[in-house]
Amino acid sequence: MELTGSWDDPDYAGRPVPDPDALSADFWAAAANGELRYQECPVCHHRQFYPRLVCTECGATPEWRTASGRGTVHTFTVVRKNLAPPFDRLTPYVVAVVELEEGPKMMGNVTDCDVEQVRIGLPVTAHAVVAEDGVAVPFWRPAGDGA
Amino acid sequence: MIVGIGTSDLPRAPHLDTVGHHVLAMQRALADAGMAKAEVDGYCCAGGSKSSAGPDDMGVMVEYLGLSPRFTDGTMTGGSSFELHVEHAAAAIQTGLCDTVLITYGSDQLSRLGRQLGTRGHFAERTRVEGPAQFEAPYGGTIVSSYALAAARHMHEYGTTSEQLASIAVAARAHAAFNPEAMYRDPITVDDVLASPMVSDPLHKLDACVISDGGGALVLTTAERAKDLSGREVAVLSAASAQTHWNISTMRDFTTTAATTVGRDVFRRAGLGPGDVDVFECYDSFTITVLLLLEDLGFCPKGEGGPFAASGVIGPGGSLPVNTDGGGLSALHPGMRGIFLLIEAVRQLRGEARHQVEGCEVALACGVGAWLSCIGAVLLGKAA
Repeated sequence: MELTGSWDDPDYAGRPVPDPDALSADFWAAAANGELRYQECPVCHHRQFYPRLVCTECGATPEWRTASGRGTVHTFTVVRKNLAPPFDRLTPYVVAVVELEEGPKMMGNVTDCDVEQVRIGLPVTAHAVVAEDGVAVPFWRPAGDGA
Repeated sequence: MIVGIGTSDLPRAPHLDTVGHHVLAMQRALADAGMAKAEVDGYCCAGGSKSSAGPDDMGVMVEYLGLSPRFTDGTMTGGSSFELHVEHAAAAIQTGLCDTVLITYGSDQLSRLGRQLGTRGHFAERTRVEGPAQFEAPYGGTIVSSYALAAARHMHEYGTTSEQLASIAVAARAHAAFNPEAMYRDPITVDDVLASPMVSDPLHKLDACVISDGGGALVLTTAERAKDLSGREVAVLSAASAQTHWNISTMRDFTTTAATTVGRDVFRRAGLGPGDVDVFECYDSFTITVLLLLEDLGFCPKGEGGPFAASGVIGPGGSLPVNTDGGGLSALHPGMRGIFLLIEAVRQLRGEARHQVEGCEVALACGVGAWLSCIGAVLLGKAA
């Protein structure tokens, strides 16, 4: 997962910042190292996102896995009105639920394209934006040629 | 038995704050029941009890209203809270935990905050966000965009159209014409909905509920006590609830809600089916909310909610009148609408509705909480 910017950039400045807890800190730190993670249960092999201390299927303790960073848009919306800064300055933008190649789904924005280009099934690739030291947030953009 | 219903001043009440809505609704519900406050020995309020209590959290409200409950329930599942309260209250009365339960709700949403509930993000600029929301907050979702994710997926899988969704808003407005307390009463067309500003594709402004003030209250008591009252009691035939997720990004199937479980249970417990429902008071935060509930509760097959809703059956005079007071889409939505679904259902069964459905014997109220997350339904019937 390519690191493509920071919360200092106008498209990201002012966004809420994840507050890492004992578990999520590993996720955000991995992202800052260019690695997109999800979890898999060593007992029942269920894969999940967001990361939790417990497998949502069987209740065992899941393990980290590294995702390829490739996914498809499962569903999406173009937000044309959001009164809250900084998003009031960013409309229109795409909020999507992306299905990872490995199965789990996660929320994200699809960036670096015209909002009208996004459709369900669109192949997307993850990139990461640094929110603060040790915390990078995954975003998505249309998979390029050969991606 | 539901023996008392009350509302505060609707739909806009700058003279009332949140607690004022609770109080006025309670006073009117007790007067409607013909009961004294001292008889109340159970209380439900959607707000739990926290150490940093807000003005209308359950623990504070017990004290403020001067109640001495033997049974309390602070279940807070968003808009469906009140259907869960009735479910729990009926069980508490049936098992003898208490005799008479008061349920109250109040909100000064419109007068205090204006029209920003649906389109203001959940978090302030640069906020640090903990818990599961940290995986959504950076992306700028809103309440409208959350429901839009379900609508877009339903369109993709089943070919549902914006016109079909719009027909749900048109039907609500047609019902609202009969309700002097509705926010909006002038007729609208499908084209009006489609021409209204797109808020979050595919949901337009008129696919979204209004924002209003409002309070409501219910009084439930034993069948025995009800016999001494006005004779206008309504029976709780059955109730059911279920939850699939909380935050929208973890919705397991974006086209199917927990209402599949709720519909199965609520009808089986009463020995009835969808075909027995004369009036359906359905949570309508957005048009897609109604469409999903029509399918998941079994009024039509999965995927056919669009054609079903657009066929005219849910409007005034249709075979399944939905939201006979104009619903959240046109009449009233102070933030959590579930209690008003129950109040309108009681009016229909008493024969006291402003636009009465003739021969109404069975009514269903179904609330939806949070982000299509927690569903609660109550089947109501005329007392035997």
